[in-house]
Amino acid sequence: MSAHVKTSYQQSEQLFPSRAAAFWYAILTAVMIAAPFVIEPYYLSQLVFVLIYAIVGIAMNILSGQAGQVSIGHAAFLAIGAYTAAISAKYGIPLPVYLVLAGAFTGLIGYLVGLPALRLHGIYLAIATLAFAFIVEEVITRWEHVTNGNEGLMLPPPALFGLKLGPYGFFYLCLGVTVLVILAAINIIRSPTGRAFLAIRDSETAARSMGIDTARYKTTAFAISAAITGTAGVLYAHKLSYISPEMFSLSVSIDFVMIIIIGGMLSLRGAVFGAIFMIMVDPMLIVVKDKVPQMTEAAMQAIHLAEPVARTIQAGVVRVVGAPGLKSLIFGLIIILFIIFEPMGLDGRWSRVKAYFRQFPLYRPTSARAQRMFLKSERNR
Amino acid sequence: MTAYFEVKNITIKFGGLTAVDNVSFDIAEGEIFTIIGPNGAGKTTLFNLISRLYTPNAGHIIFRGEDVTKLSAQQIAGRGIARTFQNIELFESASTLQNLLVGRHRHSTTSTWQDILRLKKVRDEEVAHRRAVEEVMDVLRLQKYRDTPIGGLPYGVRKVVEVARALCVGPSLLLLDEPSSGLNVEETDAMAEWILEINNRLGVTVLMVEHDMSLVSRVSDRVLALNYGRAMALGTSEEVQSHPDVVAAYLGA
Repeated sequence: MSAHVKTSYQQSEQLFPSRAAAFWYAILTAVMIAAPFVIEPYYLSQLVFVLIYAIVGIAMNILSGQAGQVSIGHAAFLAIGAYTAAISAKYGIPLPVYLVLAGAFTGLIGYLVGLPALRLHGIYLAIATLAFAFIVEEVITRWEHVTNGNEGLMLPPPALFGLKLGPYGFFYLCLGVTVLVILAAINIIRSPTGRAFLAIRDSETAARSMGIDTARYKTTAFAISAAITGTAGVLYAHKLSYISPEMFSLSVSIDFVMIIIIGGMLSLRGAVFGAIFMIMVDPMLIVVKDKVPQMTEAAMQAIHLAEPVARTIQAGVVRVVGAPGLKSLIFGLIIILFIIFEPMGLDGRWSRVKAYFRQFPLYRPTSARAQRMFLKSERNR
Repeated sequence: MTAYFEVKNITIKFGGLTAVDNVSFDIAEGEIFTIIGPNGAGKTTLFNLISRLYTPNAGHIIFRGEDVTKLSAQQIAGRGIARTFQNIELFESASTLQNLLVGRHRHSTTSTWQDILRLKKVRDEEVAHRRAVEEVMDVLRLQKYRDTPIGGLPYGVRKVVEVARALCVGPSLLLLDEPSSGLNVEETDAMAEWILEINNRLGVTVLMVEHDMSLVSRVSDRVLALNYGRAMALGTSEEVQSHPDVVAAYLGA
């Protein structure tokens, strides 16, 4: 068991709570830098998607987790960022410029979307953001001479200062952006702005009585969240090298909400966990589709099941694992299970596992109770 | 000379109900002023009017010579008026420390951009906020709850945290809405001590709503009794408690 005692206020300024934490983050950084040389191209590509989803997850964390504002329209911000990138690239604007430009422009749109948030709460705000997402999707589809409508836009391979970025280079670009976004998010959360967000999330009345301009901070939360998502959109567009309106549909927005529900609403680490989970579900499903029929066959042979019965069961299994809606079904199930059993998400589980080892053998499962209790009592609806 | 804090002929109606009806009073700087009255008398409504969560239909609120009736709730805090709530409005998922730091909000001068970049100015201000918050924690003995989430604290402690958060605003006038509700005898006793200490040591003027008459008579300089939204009696605690209308209102005679 170890304890960490602070002896000066300046210590709260440190990025890492302890030397051990700094050490582990250094290891993580080294692993990430070495990753392209170690893992297969397919997994490197998945890792890039994880980074992009993690950036969006952080944007969602700031808006929903920190400021308590709901959005099921974040695919629209991703689309605005992606199209800004594609159109800028068409006019020969360099990548670093439109990376910033897309962030700024999407941030501005986010600010405007935040204005209705001043009057709407909970489910009504969710519907408003949903409507916004549909409007953006429709505009992109119809505004053909700019966006090329349903035919979509191609992007040139990403280049930085005249140098073409290969898969490795692009991975490092995504990694760099992710790290910067995480640092910015950490700084927001531990600053007066972040505390204003949490005040608005937990009690708007009290926030106003503490002198917090709730209107200003709600729109700020939307602007920051949108700007980050727009930046992710640039990377997303380059990753896919081709974008079209149907890539930014409602289901993408739902994916983004799932990142923070699964990962955990209240922490940035949760956003990263959620992103890893969301991206890894697809490869896992492929494995399941491959392996499950083989496994059932082997199992039935082992227990010497009669041939016709075995064939029926086998056909049933193949039908279930091959069903087109399987992914949605599994996702739906996961959301429900997480909300009921693990409202703190993967991050909550992680903290508890960590606490178990740190307090071993004194850890009691009930010490997590209070944590659960306070999330249930919060007025974050 | 104008009064430090003055409420002039204030009235608010909710539909056909006049919750506060033409109430006037003034508070001198450094005073502890208490509003009492039976349930539904309009005490909390009056509080919400003063902290600008409600807008009055008529009348004025004047603080240090400035008419604050037209200001918004967040501007009121900027003028140095802080409040607590009857049913506790803390930021439940945050720690005590974070709650108190939110109270310091009006003292921070950094923009969101500066916050994102964590400039030296932000870091310096954070340390200053922290120092101020620790001073308040020292006064109210909250140090051991520093990093505990509010959701895990007992009710009595939450009540104190709320007072502490209001103090972090650095108020000149502190509004306490039923500081002793839900507290046991010892906790009420400690609360009375703290109210006196806040008043004497920190020089904060206190306006409170309270039901516990022993607490009221122990700390109050003057008491205003309300009933059905109207002012019934005003004076020292003894004067008000022996006023025939007040006795009638409480005992239903």
